[in-house]
Amino acid sequence: MDQLIIANRPFRSRLMVGTGKFASNLEMAETIAASGAEIVTVALRRVNIDDSHDDLLNHIDRDKYLLLPNTSGARDADEAIRLARLARAAGCEPWVKLEVTPDPYYLLPDPIETLKATEVLVKDGFTVLPYINADPVLAKHLQEAGAATVMPLGAPIGTNKGIKTRDNIAIIIEQASVPVVVDAGLGAPSHAAEAMEMGADAVMVNTAISVAGDTRMMAAAFAQAVMAGRQAYLAGLGQEQHQASASSPLTGFLRD
Amino acid sequence: MDITVNGQQRTVATTTSLADLLAAMNLNPQRVAVEHNGTILSQADFATTTLGDGDKLEIVSFVGGG
Repeated sequence: MDQLIIANRPFRSRLMVGTGKFASNLEMAETIAASGAEIVTVALRRVNIDDSHDDLLNHIDRDKYLLLPNTSGARDADEAIRLARLARAAGCEPWVKLEVTPDPYYLLPDPIETLKATEVLVKDGFTVLPYINADPVLAKHLQEAGAATVMPLGAPIGTNKGIKTRDNIAIIIEQASVPVVVDAGLGAPSHAAEAMEMGADAVMVNTAISVAGDTRMMAAAFAQAVMAGRQAYLAGLGQEQHQASASSPLTGFLRD
Repeated sequence: MDITVNGQQRTVATTTSLADLLAAMNLNPQRVAVEHNGTILSQADFATTTLGDGDKLEIVSFVGGG
């Protein structure tokens, strides 16, 4: 069976989904179910003291999904490490999607702080899935530091632009010894299929699903695209050619 | 006595434990993490952690995110 294995843990689904930006917790829960995902990301924030809101975790079955806390909002390694440890203290398994984004406009990840935080968190027993720019050299450094995956971006978070970093992601896939999860910027199922056709091990999607007119249908569409892309990769894609190559026989036509 | 919770001042009784405070705030202790004067506590320590005047608490929980 074709499984995704991260830190010795097998997963059937190669689609990870985020839980942000949904209209309601009910919609979120039904959508992650439709996605077939087994890994769902969450964020950590100060509790809202004056508001007894509906707890997100009431809607996520922890036996069914691996809750993957992110460190979104962290601007440097120290803040990210603090968030990861808080998430663990709140009862999460010691897995973390490491995000260090000092610039709120493009939310691009800081490579130096991400590497620093990875080193500390790996020593502290965390399974670290760092969100990175599509930098093959950084991916190697993170791998050596003990990262469980690398998560290169296709385009900045929430932009729906697709894979703008294709050539570098191809190099990362070629060189990686840990799973490569294309994260951020995937705006359509075709983008997810493209990543999988390239040989990515998984993709991570939030915005494209949560802002869709029908989030459940979009989640199912992404799930199918991920499976299609994976199958095409395993089947072996034909090589691109400059010159045409007839699919029909060129001999025996009614001429001469 | 006065303590600071998530940046906001709050007056509590002198013998308040962290577990009492969470209960008064309607928070499920198994769904939050607490930093007490900069130290992250384990949930098992909430009941035995007594609050003192001027203490600073950060209380966080999970929200949707990508």
